[in-house]
Amino acid sequence: MEKTIAQKTVQVNEEGYLTNFAEWNKEIGEELAKENNITLTPKHWELINYIQNEFKNEVPLTIRKIGKSGVVDIKEFYALFPVGPLKTATKIAGIPKPVGCI
Amino acid sequence: MKRLVILGAGTAGTMMANHLHHKLNRKEWTIDIVDERTEHHYQPGYLFLPFDIYQPEDIIKSIRDFIPSDVNLITKKIDRIVATDNYIQMAGGDQLQYDLLIIATGAKIAPEETEGMNGAEWQHSVFDFYTFEGALALRNKLRDWQGGNLVIHITEMPIKCPVAPLEFAFLADSYFKHKKIRDKVNITYVTPLSGAFTKPKSTAALEHLLEEKNIAIESDFAISEVDNENKTIVDYGGKAIPFDLLVTVPTNKGDALMERSDLGDELNYVPTNKETLQSKAHANIFVIGDATNVPASKAGSVAHFEADILTENILHFIKEETLSATFDGHANCFIETGNSKALLIDFNYTHEPVEGTFPFAGIGPLQLLKESRMNHWGKLAFRWIYWNVLLKGTPIPFVSANMSTAGKHFN
Repeated sequence: MEKTIAQKTVQVNEEGYLTNFAEWNKEIGEELAKENNITLTPKHWELINYIQNEFKNEVPLTIRKIGKSGVVDIKEFYALFPVGPLKTATKIAGIPKPVGCI
Repeated sequence: MKRLVILGAGTAGTMMANHLHHKLNRKEWTIDIVDERTEHHYQPGYLFLPFDIYQPEDIIKSIRDFIPSDVNLITKKIDRIVATDNYIQMAGGDQLQYDLLIIATGAKIAPEETEGMNGAEWQHSVFDFYTFEGALALRNKLRDWQGGNLVIHITEMPIKCPVAPLEFAFLADSYFKHKKIRDKVNITYVTPLSGAFTKPKSTAALEHLLEEKNIAIESDFAISEVDNENKTIVDYGGKAIPFDLLVTVPTNKGDALMERSDLGDELNYVPTNKETLQSKAHANIFVIGDATNVPASKAGSVAHFEADILTENILHFIKEETLSATFDGHANCFIETGNSKALLIDFNYTHEPVEGTFPFAGIGPLQLLKESRMNHWGKLAFRWIYWNVLLKGTPIPFVSANMSTAGKHFN
């Protein structure tokens, strides 16, 4: 489905995740953060850059992986994104929701 | 002579030995399989041990009974794999050269990854059921337990058989009803996922069953520690859940051998091409079953389907052909729901589990994603199939390595 975020029309899935990362930009990230009651700080952006890079390298993301990223530890990750940190961070970063392997 | 070495004589390794001893030209190839253990455990049976449904003798046989006589079984510890020079360094000092290596060393629990998990309460009020010892200790505990807060908990994904904790919850409900103490037991299911399962349609079906059985669910719970003193589990967000009996699935990791050999990722799983099953780092190393990092279930059915694909690709590799057999992530799992009923799910990398009929489109006799007695008998029959058909590498009739979409309701 389509959604207009920060004056741009993008494709999202039923949970509001962008389906095409190429459509993402920083303004969209800011807007999605606001929807999730988060004000982005430089630390947030550092982490968003990290997870976008991992996504581009096709590395599956987990909370453990974030904790070993060198950017934040798991406690700091929760401080940045208090509710469902991995789900929220990936949504703001414009990449798909990570699937726990099943 | 050239040498093919298989590491691990569990489900995947045993199946590969049985496939390849027929398929390889034995005038050119010797096959070795290495495992330090002597017993083969039917791991799906661990789920039934705590509830006295299976006894230990139902699930343990000798590894040797399932290895073909023209395959050399080596019962020794491995120190490390030296992939750059194509040999295995054995713990005793011997070296085992190989031309082709298959890694099938599986996954195991690592409670030490979570603070306090294997602390003072371990095997007193904190149990796992992913090991034989854990399942047996839990059986003994449950036999005398008088009730309280039972918390069933998953530490982090991926885990072996991701539906097993749910099955445990359903079977516990049944078990306590049967003992007439269900009203004295609160059952809570705690998961790091956002719901009962990762795929939407099965999550809806399974959450409905949890509700029906009066099992509470706590989702998005990322555990930071087990507090042994206060008997609570605490997550990184600060949420605490009290327990009288905690049944946890600790972090699962690949074999520590991968860390020693510098072949694993951060959880000791071997980076593997998800279609060809070739290791990403070394062309003459292939990986199968729980040892891989492929985004499929860690389950015996997956290893079974992978074994067909891998056998083809090993033959291609030997003939220096393209590795044209591709694995689609096919998994097929029975989910025990208690009271002699079960669900069946069938899915792959791209298709989530949906309702339908299996294996014959429109006929069944098994129903997908719906509770039935037939599915439960299917699950119990599976133990016989495992020992007599699956391990021997014999194809299961009408069930192909790659998933079929026929008879499924995808909308």
